[in-house]
Amino acid sequence: MESIIQGKAYVLGKNIDTDQIIPAEHLVYSLSNPEEVKMYGKYALSGVPLEQGGLPEGGIPFVPEGSLTSPYSIIIAGPNFGCGSSREHAPFSLKVAGAKAIIAESYARIFYRNCVDGGFVIPYETSQQLNKLILTGDELSIDMKNNTVTNLTQNITWQLRPLGSVVDIVQAGGIFEYARQNDLMTKGQE
Amino acid sequence: MAQTITQKIFARAANRKFVDVGESVWLNVDVLLTHDVCGPPTFDIFKQEFGPEAKVWNPEKVVVLPDHYIFTQNEHAHRNIDLLRQFAGEQSLPNYYDVGTDRYRGVCHVALAEEGFNIPGTVLFGTDSHTCTSGAFGMFGSGIGNTDAAFILGTGKLWEKVPESMKFTFEGNMPEYLTAKDLILQILGDIGTDGATYRAMEFDGEAVYSLSMDERMTLCNMAIEAGGMNGIIAVDAVTEAFVKARTSKPYEVFHSDPDASYHSMYRYNVEKLEPVVAQPHSPDNRATVRSVAGTPITKSYIGSCTGGKLTDFMLAAKILKGRKVAVTTNIVPATVLVASQLSTETYEGQSLRSIFEQAGCSIALPSCAACLGGPADTVGRSVDNDVVVSTTNRNFPGRMGSKFAGVYLASPLTAAASAITGKLTDPRDFL
Repeated sequence: MESIIQGKAYVLGKNIDTDQIIPAEHLVYSLSNPEEVKMYGKYALSGVPLEQGGLPEGGIPFVPEGSLTSPYSIIIAGPNFGCGSSREHAPFSLKVAGAKAIIAESYARIFYRNCVDGGFVIPYETSQQLNKLILTGDELSIDMKNNTVTNLTQNITWQLRPLGSVVDIVQAGGIFEYARQNDLMTKGQE
Repeated sequence: MAQTITQKIFARAANRKFVDVGESVWLNVDVLLTHDVCGPPTFDIFKQEFGPEAKVWNPEKVVVLPDHYIFTQNEHAHRNIDLLRQFAGEQSLPNYYDVGTDRYRGVCHVALAEEGFNIPGTVLFGTDSHTCTSGAFGMFGSGIGNTDAAFILGTGKLWEKVPESMKFTFEGNMPEYLTAKDLILQILGDIGTDGATYRAMEFDGEAVYSLSMDERMTLCNMAIEAGGMNGIIAVDAVTEAFVKARTSKPYEVFHSDPDASYHSMYRYNVEKLEPVVAQPHSPDNRATVRSVAGTPITKSYIGSCTGGKLTDFMLAAKILKGRKVAVTTNIVPATVLVASQLSTETYEGQSLRSIFEQAGCSIALPSCAACLGGPADTVGRSVDNDVVVSTTNRNFPGRMGSKFAGVYLASPLTAAASAITGKLTDPRDFL
């Protein structure tokens, strides 16, 4: 696994729910057919009201009109990112669009599990309101060894919360790889 | 060591005497639930990870209830049903409820209860966030994603962190104008949409135990709207009567120890509470109905796992009987059983179905329908700048279809009263 994640920031507010991450009408597409999978990239974060996406100015879509992927690879958000439904299509769509990591003040449980166990995007937590300090388009660099994020545009470094007990699953790339490495792919007791 | 009811269920499923809050444990799963939106990708992951010929850990414990996108012309939605049918065939799953047959049931969380899958003391995981609904039966129910569900399909187990518990006690006698929906919206307004993240929400008190199972399910259903891992109500005689009428399986009843420790405790006297709504665009944006009364609406929607059960329609019928609705009013029974009960159950001598028809409501076939928007041809889907009063569970932007619509979450009483006037209306005006 890489230890540095670098890319442009896309900034959002609080309570970004899974209907905003991938609206329910698009959940009909296959998650395995390579052509249909592209639709998840195209519609990633398409449910966010336009003025609330790409802060602080707003009005910037995550995926530009006519494109299947996003120029932004690090999402910055407030508290309770990924609240709402259990749809794994949500972190999946962010990954397909090109996102590598999210830095939010907190996450809803199911979304967080899905990010980690599915190995889609890395969900970092921050105790600071970084979505008030980072601007959409800023160039960021996350140092996974030291749990920091550096804003290369503003030349400031902030500390992130360590991933804690899920770090092993994140490093393995998901629950299946983790389970294989730890001999857990066996049936439980009846 | 003292434990909460949720800890005791975790301990049983982990083959332990005691589990501590915050530790991660592997749970043996009693039932895995999936549906048409998350079933096909779950089965894909299962085959990819365990092999194309792999068999699920226990076919009896896999329950597949298609319910999301059923009555639509959308071809991709039809393909998802085909994929469920194919997998159920390959794996000989006895608990697959196929669309277009007399086995079709409707909304999964309500059907689980009807079919006797909700059994006290057990562990249920489902690929739907409202799986917490089943906590009304003194069991653990929680939503998960496709990858976790595929892991369970192959192994019958899953890791989970033992949650801290929050206790919500409702005292007093439930007034006739108040419903379980008002109680949970009250809590959401107090603690917010992340007020219970990663925690168990335990509901207690004489007012809770006076509720029907339908109403207890409504209370637990929206635990996820506060971020809760699960909602839970201990078993009493009402639960036991319901469960024993639907299954002969043995079960274990757990109660929280009197000295169990809680993250926090909230107490309410229901006689002092008022009908409330959650205003756009968040389930915690609470207001009393009186304070927003008169706000014009364009639609009223009574349906879903939250507000489309028999008790919900009995409440709506109380207000709609002998009156006419002023706006489009969708009645969407959660399941085939509830749909049939609209014809057989009566209020003041008239069937619910006839009350709704005479009032000018349109009655849809049972499914999740417009609760989550769905494909463009979904019944009741919000369009443009619709203002909807709805008995469903979420009102984030775009949840019921249009991103420009506003949704007020309300009880069936408030949705019915507002349907008649075309404005948000306190049900006490009609009771």
